[in-house]
Amino acid sequence: MMREVAVIGVGLSRFGERWNAGLKELMAEAGVAAIEDANVKSSDVEMLFGGTMASGRFMGQEHIAALMSDELGFRNIPAVRIENACASGGSALRLGYMSVASGIHDIVVVGGVEKMTDVTSAEAGTALGGAGDQEWELFQGITFPGLYAMMAKRHMHEYGTTEEQLASVSVKNHDNAYKNKYAQFHKKITVQEVLDSKMVSDPLKLFDCSPISDGAAALVLAPLEVARKYNDTPIKILASEQASDTLRLAARESLTSIKATSIAAQKAYKHAKVSAKDISIAEVHDCFTIAEIMAMEDLGFYDKGKAAKAVENGETRLNAGISINTSGGLKGCGHPVGATGVKQAVEVVWQLRGEAGERQVKDARIGLTHNVGGSGATAVVHIFGRAN
Amino acid sequence: MSGIVGYGAHVPIYRIKVEEIAKVWGEDADAIKSGLNIREKSVPGRDEDAATIAVEAARRAVRHSGINPKEMGAVYVGSESHPYAVKPTATVVIESIGASSSVMAADLEFACKAGTAGIQAAMGLVDSGMIKYGMSIGADTSQGRPGDALEYTASAGGAAFIVGKDKHEVIANILKTVSYTSDTPDFWRREGAMFPTHSGRFTGEPGYFRHITGATKLMLETTGFKPVDFTYAVFHQPNGKFPMVVAKQLGFTEKQIEPGLLTPVIGNTYSGASMLGLASTLDVAKPGERILVTSFGSGAGSDSFIIEATENIDAKRGMATKVRGLIDSNKMYIDYATYLKDKDFIKGR
Amino acid sequence: MEKPSAGLWRKIKPRYNLVGSQCKKCGSTYFPPRIVCKNCGRESRMEDRQFAGDGEVVSFTTIRVPPDTFKDEAPYIVGIIKLSEGPNVEGHIIDNGRKVEVGTKVKAAFRRMYVDGEEGLIYYHYKFEPI
Repeated sequence: MMREVAVIGVGLSRFGERWNAGLKELMAEAGVAAIEDANVKSSDVEMLFGGTMASGRFMGQEHIAALMSDELGFRNIPAVRIENACASGGSALRLGYMSVASGIHDIVVVGGVEKMTDVTSAEAGTALGGAGDQEWELFQGITFPGLYAMMAKRHMHEYGTTEEQLASVSVKNHDNAYKNKYAQFHKKITVQEVLDSKMVSDPLKLFDCSPISDGAAALVLAPLEVARKYNDTPIKILASEQASDTLRLAARESLTSIKATSIAAQKAYKHAKVSAKDISIAEVHDCFTIAEIMAMEDLGFYDKGKAAKAVENGETRLNAGISINTSGGLKGCGHPVGATGVKQAVEVVWQLRGEAGERQVKDARIGLTHNVGGSGATAVVHIFGRAN
Repeated sequence: MSGIVGYGAHVPIYRIKVEEIAKVWGEDADAIKSGLNIREKSVPGRDEDAATIAVEAARRAVRHSGINPKEMGAVYVGSESHPYAVKPTATVVIESIGASSSVMAADLEFACKAGTAGIQAAMGLVDSGMIKYGMSIGADTSQGRPGDALEYTASAGGAAFIVGKDKHEVIANILKTVSYTSDTPDFWRREGAMFPTHSGRFTGEPGYFRHITGATKLMLETTGFKPVDFTYAVFHQPNGKFPMVVAKQLGFTEKQIEPGLLTPVIGNTYSGASMLGLASTLDVAKPGERILVTSFGSGAGSDSFIIEATENIDAKRGMATKVRGLIDSNKMYIDYATYLKDKDFIKGR
Repeated sequence: MEKPSAGLWRKIKPRYNLVGSQCKKCGSTYFPPRIVCKNCGRESRMEDRQFAGDGEVVSFTTIRVPPDTFKDEAPYIVGIIKLSEGPNVEGHIIDNGRKVEVGTKVKAAFRRMYVDGEEGLIYYHYKFEPI
């Protein structure tokens, strides 16, 4: 019989261009915050799962999990790195969840980190390109903005989605990031500014794209039955699901939907015994503005082809219908790829505890995180709820 | 007797007009246009080189011929702009047409006549029975130094010919070939040099004219044919003027050379030039009609051929990609700055 | 020189000639080639299948911020092409002046993909050309 699992501590580094911080500083910033928040001793931690996508390409540093464990002062515990492209963080969380749920470990730390700004943006683009099919996509110079641009163009073709609607995703997420002290951007923007920003891969402009970021995030997990020993407001993991698909975008059944997201979401709703309508806050994977729109549809928040209009109407702003990407999302808060999936959980925990400050959503009860790897080859969905 | 069983051509879609080049160098466009008899030239796209042109031409030739590429016994690629100094263009061609690994293959270089030299080699192999089919391709993305007179003509294109001897397949018999060769320093490019060097007016009389007339006269004398015995004639065409002059000197009419005279509209495709001219002439030749072809390569030499269309030419015409159609169907005019960028003459980012 | 040559060499057939695979059991066609059929799994046996190269544009975009290997080529158009025989294939779309839209008919051509620096290999590839 599986055990119920709770998040008992969360921590974030500040996201952004962190010229003063390397991998170790970022990991320590987030990790120490999470351990303090959980009120556990370093010696209580039994295992560490560390998500990072391309520390080798970005920093020349592999073997990140043992490094993370040592930097945080965990003595000789098992530590393992998880690489699942931009879904590395979410995948690490799922493995941490499994290790606690199974009864193998009690106190587990899940970390995610990426230090991306020590290389040129072209080198970063090439490293991220490895999340797609290197032999057929990256080899032909098809970048990630290019892949999502093709999804966007097809979505516009099939559903009449507009560039203004795409831009409104970015505007909302910048509004939310403005209220998040950890976020990379603290600047509100307008639809016109998005439309006027430099074309990257039509129809996606620079402000439709999440930035290159440095950052780290950490969580402490424990069996729900002992969680209150450490923390007054443990947040229960109601579901942890994941699915995969082809790395090549061209080989997918649809360009306007990420099937792995739908599959993971349906399984998660079933496991958590909730439906999409029960979700009050969601951190979704908006690596590009079109990705948030597709996520809203694939997660079942909106019917296919209806999400773009909903964003434009403001239905997903803070305390509107469903509050999406309260942290600012990948676009506003930043996207240090390996950290993102963990950071999403941190934000949801803060919201469910009522600790999200200015961006607090009223009566947030059930929250969802959605972390995508590549152009949709991996999707991880977690659902969280208050423990009482 | 061997003959042509199929042919194919490729000319890039990009063009630059004489006016566009003349404007940059402060020259008189009208004088150049009438002096060289050229209006515009083809320019390779950024993603085209002699190998891609050779492949496009070779694939069309295979399609036109209807042969199984696995039966191709030899592939020669003549060019003076092979993309590699060392690594054969012919290997790219054999892979891309699906030839077998037992094919003989090599790159040839004899300035603008390496392609016709390859036809001669293929004829020998086919006639001797060593191979069933042989293909020779002439393809170039020729170089002209910015500001040099060659810049108005040096262009890009190529053609491929498949030689065989099955009388049910041959669309044109090659009745005879002769060559005329000497050591004549009219035009050259040293290893590693980006652009060729030419010796000005010396390229004319001692180079082009002496060799073309030498080979053609040798051909006429040894066969007893006279210019009137040919429906068509193709001479190497470094510009639009020289072939008209040499035709007249040899007793051929403008009408005979008209179908194969392409330089006025695509420029000098170097190794592709006389072969594209022949391909374009075969596009219109009827059974029984004879074509005289004399190529020229600097350095210097000429290969002359007598080609006679067979009954099969009409039957296979539907599978041919017509050269004039290829040239006229889609054109994109570019300006001089784009030309410099696409030719990689600008070293930037 | 940046790239080892074996990586080019082992994919010459599909890159030059659109040679993919077809399942001998269920007939499903794939490009690029696969070893295991998505329908038949371990029961599958594949054979080479050359695609004609004609198809239509499913989606496309212009890459304006390229990876390092393509810095001299940008901007360039890429797309997902539905081949007439079935599979969807990603590739460059040659700018030949004809308008590219969802649904535009294309055919395969042979072009240079990129050149590895001053001294490295030249990579040739299929591309698609609007017709």
